[in-house]
Order: sequence, then C-alpha cells, then structure tokens
Amino acid sequence: MISEAARERMRATVAKYPVARSALLPVLRIAQEEEGYITPEGLRAASEVVGIKEDEVEMVASFYAMFFQKPVGKNVIKVCTSISCYLRGCDRLIKQLEDGLGVKRGETTPDGAFTLLGVECLASCGTAPVLQVNDEFEENVTPQRAAELMRQWKSEQ
Amino acid sequence: MAEQMRVVTKDIDVPGIDTLAVYEQHGGYQALRKALGMEPAAVLEEVKASGLRGRGGAGFPTGMKWSLLAKGSPKPTYVVCNSDESEPGTFKDRMLMEKLPHRLVEGVLISAYATGAKQAFIYIRGELALAARQVMRAIDEAYAAGYAGKNIMGSGHDIDVMVHRGAGAYICGEETALLESLEGKRGYPRLKPPFPAVAGLYGGPTVINNCETLSTVPAIIANGAAWYAAIGTEKSKGTRIFCLSGLVNRPGNYELPIGTTFRTLIEEFGGGVIGGKQVKAFIPGGSSTPMLPADKLDISADYESVAAAGSMFGAAGVIVLDEDTCIVGAVLRMTEFYRDESCGKCTPCREGTFWLVQLLERLEAGHGRAEDIDLLNDICDNISGKSFCPLGDAAATPIVSSIKLFRDEYIAHVTQGRCPFRARELATAGNH
Ligand SMILES: Cc1cc2nc3c(=O)[nH]c(=O)nc-3n(C[C@H](O)[C@H](O)[C@H](O)COP(=O)(O)O)c2cc1C
Repeated sequence: MISEAARERMRATVAKYPVARSALLPVLRIAQEEEGYITPEGLRAASEVVGIKEDEVEMVASFYAMFFQKPVGKNVIKVCTSISCYLRGCDRLIKQLEDGLGVKRGETTPDGAFTLLGVECLASCGTAPVLQVNDEFEENVTPQRAAELMRQWKSEQ
Repeated sequence: MAEQMRVVTKDIDVPGIDTLAVYEQHGGYQALRKALGMEPAAVLEEVKASGLRGRGGAGFPTGMKWSLLAKGSPKPTYVVCNSDESEPGTFKDRMLMEKLPHRLVEGVLISAYATGAKQAFIYIRGELALAARQVMRAIDEAYAAGYAGKNIMGSGHDIDVMVHRGAGAYICGEETALLESLEGKRGYPRLKPPFPAVAGLYGGPTVINNCETLSTVPAIIANGAAWYAAIGTEKSKGTRIFCLSGLVNRPGNYELPIGTTFRTLIEEFGGGVIGGKQVKAFIPGGSSTPMLPADKLDISADYESVAAAGSMFGAAGVIVLDEDTCIVGAVLRMTEFYRDESCGKCTPCREGTFWLVQLLERLEAGHGRAEDIDLLNDICDNISGKSFCPLGDAAATPIVSSIKLFRDEYIAHVTQGRCPFRARELATAGNH
C-alpha cells in the first residue's frame, strides 16, 4: 500500500522541480520503497502526483533496471559482473553466493529473505570484486569475506 | 613510493573534509568567493585559459563548451553535472562525491555563476546511494551557510543546486539521454543538433560537464589558469584521476599529471602486475576505448599520445590484462555489458550487440568457426556510426581492437576447439 505519508513525500518531491514530470524517477523510488517493487498502485500514485498517464509512467519505470517489475527479497544482493570484477574473480564470488544462499542469480530465496542479482559495473573497479546489499557497498569481497557476510546476513534474519 | 599530485583530490584524506567546517578550514569556498568578485566572463576566460578538457570521455575543452551556450535565449540556462559514472573501469566520480562532496558543489556553483545559470542539477547514478547522501548533505550545508540559494554570499546572485538520482541505465551517462532522464522520461539519446548548449534541459541552453571536470574548477579559480596550465603536457593540461583496475597489486584511483606514462602508473603506483606476470594488454580509457598492447606502456598518458597509439584517453579508466588473461573471454564479458545496456532504440546496436555476444560465446566455448572472426568484424562495421549515440561504437571497440592485436588467440580457440586459457582460469580465478 502507498501510505498517505509516502504520497505526501511524493508531492513534496514534485514541488522541488521546475517541471513536475522531472520528479518521476524519485517519485517511483518512493513507491518502490513503500512496496518493494513497482506495483499497479505505485504506478497509479506516481501518475496522479506527477500528472501524466499511467501507461507513460509504466513506460518509464520499465526502462530503468533499479525499478523492480516483480517482488524481490527483503535483501537485494547485487554482484558486479563487469570486466574489472571479472578479472578479479566475480564469477567465483557469484557461485559461492549461489551455493551459500541456495538460489541461482536472478532468483529469490523461498523465505523471501534474499534476492541475488548479477549487475553491470558498479563503479568500484579498484576494489573488485564488489557487491551491494540494499545499495550499500561491500568491497574487496574475498571468499572468506563472502562467507562471513553470508553468516552475518542470515543471523540478521 | 611515488607521490600523487593532488589538485582535484587535495585534502581527500583529511578527516572530516566531507563536512563544511573542515572543508572551509582547508580553503573551501574561497574559490567561489574569488569568482563572485570577478565578472562571470572573466571566470569563463580563466577556465578557458587553463586548458581544462572534459573528463567524462570526449575531452572537449570546458571553457569553450561554456562559451558556446546560446545567448539571449528566452529560456533559462542550466548547468548539469554528469555523475552517472558507469563506464566499466571508472570509479573516480564516486570517490569524489563520497569523500569531497563540497569541492563538487563549489565547482558547480562557480560554473553556474560563470555561465549565468540560476539552477544546477547534479545527476547521480542511482546505484551510488552513499555518494548521493554525501552530495545532498553538502548542498544542505552550503545553503545554510549562504553559499547556495538566494543572494549567495551577499553577491546579489541566486543559484539553486539539487541532486537528481538516476535509476539504473548506463545510457543515461550520454549527455542527451541524461537530459531525457532528468525530464522524467526513458533515457533515449536525442538527435544532435541541436546541441544541449543551444537546446538542452527543458529546451534551455545547457552546460553538461562531468563530475571530475567540475570538481577541478575551484582549483583553477583559486590558483589561476597559468598555474593549472603549467601542469601536464603542451596540449593536455592539468592532472587526471587515473582509475587503475584489473590484475595489478594496488588498484585504485591515482591523481597524476597528464603525461605520466602508463608504465609508471601501473608499476610505481599500481605495484606492478600480480604475481610478477607480464602485461598482455591494457585498456587506457575505460571499456569503450580500444585496448593497447604491452609495447605501448611507455607512451605518455595524454589525449594526443593515446590517440596516436590508436586508442582514446576517454575517462582514464586503465584496465590491466595480464599474460594469462584470455582475450576472447575478457572481450565477451565487455560485450555482454553493451548488449545489456543498449537502450534498444536503434536496431543496429540492439540486434548487433546480441549477435556479437552469441558469436563470442561460441568461440570461447570452443565451438567457433574460422569465419566467425571476420563475421565479428562485419557486425561491428554494421553497428559503428549507424546509431544515434556512440554506445554502439563503444560495443564494437573491444572486439575490433582485440582482433587486430590478438587474432592468433581467436584462431587458437577455433583450431584447438577450446579456450587455451581455461585450465589456468579454473585453477586460479575460476572465471568460467
Ligand atoms: C554511452 C555513453 C555513456 C557516457 N557515460 C558518461 C558518464 O557516465 N559520465 C560522464 O561524465 N560522461 C559520460 N559520457 C559522455 C557525456 O556524453 C558527455 O560527453 C560528458 O558528460 C561531457 O562532460 P565533460 O565535457 O566534462 O567531459 C557518456 C557518453 C556515452 C556515449
């Protein structure tokens, strides 16, 4: 559900821009924060607040990789798979996470706790391999560090 | 160990330099103060005379870009900072935003003053949450201290600055796609002309500069154009933040005078190749720039020398491939990036990148045919220059440059029916 408080934040965001439509990306981000992904209700709320048609909102939402089109886990783990991380073992890291979490990349654990994603360059090539947990960085992820992180994530569930 | 030359990254290791108080103690916002005491045109002249060129990739002279802004437009002028940093191999803008957010904000304010813009946007890549928080906090502090907003520092000038966050799309780093995204649309590149300097954001004259470019402006104003122009080579002025990654002992960002050799960067700063191995090839400017062989390590890292060697200085993302790196495997990985990030607007890029990945996968798996190598070149030829924006050209670049340099390795994949490097990679990095 999109709460009244979230709608209020959306309206405040629109007010900051010279042109309302410019607020569409941040407004969709608020919708996603509320519901975990972009739902029909999120699209409707964004359309009302920004003042454009719902299908136009959907066209935009579906273009950007950070807007999820379907539900994701409580924790989204993004592992960079681009060239500099590749040279420093990101494929091995993904394999380790797949084995440890019991899912393939692109999937969510049955309990809904984790989604594991392979993503494009995260601007952290100097500290490769790198991953993000809910948009916060973990850098220089050695196999030991990955094992430690997984223990930590699971204990926080 | 050799020392960096800290101009843009000056004081980066000072504790608390990301806060206004500490930044001010280290001379922060003095360049803005000085700029406000000058005519805007004089500030622009200073940047022009410094020889500063854009750090986002194309290397366009910054002062000249500003002077190309349409005059007398009925619409407002905008300054837009491109902090979308997503080119594989680059990670300098993220560091600048996380650690020195006030220098960027000061640079943006000075640039807005020089160009007559009353509103500036800092477009930050969606994935960079900490960077966005840092820059937003710096902006809030700058407003509270009277450096931004109405009547800044009592000068009678109003300049507003705000952060706009992207949402995951490499293409939005391309300046016109970025403007579309900032207008709340899909990040599709626009046809040029009109250039943003004439009709950019909301149709108004718009300056778009990279984060490092704008973070360099305070040092130029504080120390003068002549001081800055004394650094670097005859035609490529100043310092650059080299993003060193790949198979070196000490990867990281190193700010060095332009004209340092790639060998010095890799050996003295990067501590050489891991395990004492040899460099097979290096990519000088980010994954969109042609790779160069090891015998080019001694060239000077500047716009002209890198171009003369057959590549581009680009965004100074230097990626090092060692003697055991499989070129086909590395190129496949880079090509997957362009396939995934093609925005889909132009058919040659959308379809072509898909076919390139298929062919490279086949070769890497040992099922390729000799004709596939020329077929790769043909497809690249059909993508390059045939799309709205240079993303397609960028996709072709690793392939064309690597076939030119390492055709033998491609052939070996066909004749041996397997990847000749596979055994080693399974044993060490496990990259298959
Ligand atoms: C596909 C593509 C991606 C780009 N990505 C970026 C980027 O992430 N950051 C950036 O500053 N410039 C990027 N550029 C270059 C911009 O279009 C533009 O030239 C630059 O922001 C201008 O700033 P500068 O003159 O200060 O370099 C990209 C260009 C293309 C074609």
